[in-house]
Amino acid sequence: MTAREPVSAARVTRAWEVLHGVLDPEVPAISVTDLGIVRDVIEHGDGLEVVVTPTYSGCPATEVIEQAITDAVNAAGLGPARVTQRRAPAWTTDWITPEGREKLRAYGIAPPGSCASEAAASNVQPIRLMARDVACPRCGSAQTERLSAFGSTACKALYRCIACREPFEHFKPI
Amino acid sequence: MSTTFAPLPTTASVSNAAASTTTESIVFAPTPTQQYLVRIGDTCLVHAQRLAEWSGHAPILEEDIALTNLALDLVGQARALLTHVGRQMGYDEDQLAFLRNERDFLNFTLVELPGRKAGRDFADAIVRNFLLSAWMNVLWAELEKSSDAEIAAIAGKAVKESCYHVAHAADWVVRLGDGSEESTRRMRQALARLWPYVAELFETDGVDAAAAEAGLGPMRMSLKAGWDAIVAPVFAQAALEIPATGAFRSTGSRGVHSEHMGYLLAEMQVLQRSFPGGVW
Repeated sequence: MTAREPVSAARVTRAWEVLHGVLDPEVPAISVTDLGIVRDVIEHGDGLEVVVTPTYSGCPATEVIEQAITDAVNAAGLGPARVTQRRAPAWTTDWITPEGREKLRAYGIAPPGSCASEAAASNVQPIRLMARDVACPRCGSAQTERLSAFGSTACKALYRCIACREPFEHFKPI
Repeated sequence: MSTTFAPLPTTASVSNAAASTTTESIVFAPTPTQQYLVRIGDTCLVHAQRLAEWSGHAPILEEDIALTNLALDLVGQARALLTHVGRQMGYDEDQLAFLRNERDFLNFTLVELPGRKAGRDFADAIVRNFLLSAWMNVLWAELEKSSDAEIAAIAGKAVKESCYHVAHAADWVVRLGDGSEESTRRMRQALARLWPYVAELFETDGVDAAAAEAGLGPMRMSLKAGWDAIVAPVFAQAALEIPATGAFRSTGSRGVHSEHMGYLLAEMQVLQRSFPGGVW
């Protein structure tokens, strides 16, 4: 048994490397590991189990992501891979890595703030006609306004920068 | 599928799905705790179906996207619940959603009431979404403590989603309730139309008692205080008076629906009924 352990560890490490390259189909700037949805990679006998936590209950990309993960791990010769779901604890945007946040910003999507500050702000008032400050991903100005709380995907809102006049998307903290 | 018409079914062949143009319904015999979960799942599903009617028809594009985003969350929540309870019953989510008869659906009557397609006002969609999402928010928070780990996990995600559903609906209730003379009038009318169906959200029966006994989830009547705490300040800010509650009680959660439910199911189920086993 002891002789096999380094081999297993290498296989799991290799799988994580492969997963760093599997992109989110709806936000193709960041990978599934940047997003923080891959919770674990476990070796079982000759197969690999990749444990994923879904982002939103109704995210239509969930099945596509699971297929992309299976395909990538199998293509790297590390399979057979199977993806399992772990619902608890629920995914939060706090799990997006610092690199992931930077990639979002560079892609033109304002990354989410921390959920703790969001919760503190929303406890004050259930009604929020105005959202809090979100910095423009292009010019960095904090002078922005929300155009719509919902956008092209469940995870994003639509904003406009008052300084540079560019519209942009904001990855909502949840 | 053959495009030629099958001969008219004889009495002997009517029960044979292969000879019929529609799929037979599943046999649905849930236990009380299963009924408890199906009620919640069906309420999410049917509410989503009504919200989705606004796709391409909301007053502004942003709202079109918003309502369908909310519907998407609700479909996801319904899928999770129906998949979970379906495992106990030997059915998958699609069989439960598309192959049950009207009497086997256990959603509250409130969510099946006519929507856009029947000419109902946008105000009805806003008021219903507010009343229901506040209820779901309080329920999900309680279900996080469920003795069923899967239900607690589903609730842990859904409670966060229901927070922004409530916030979005509350924004509209205030904006339209305390808006122009016209918007106020229409919000009052919508509230008067929908309010008689709210009482069902807080009734109690053997299904609730069984769920509470098992630690699966709360009795509905225990949700009232939390719901009031969300709803009352918003209506106050919207300058909308909460109507008095009459003696009428709707019965959708016991499978006895309004006349609108059959039409909703016909549209929702037609594909699976016509093309049995069809998948994306």
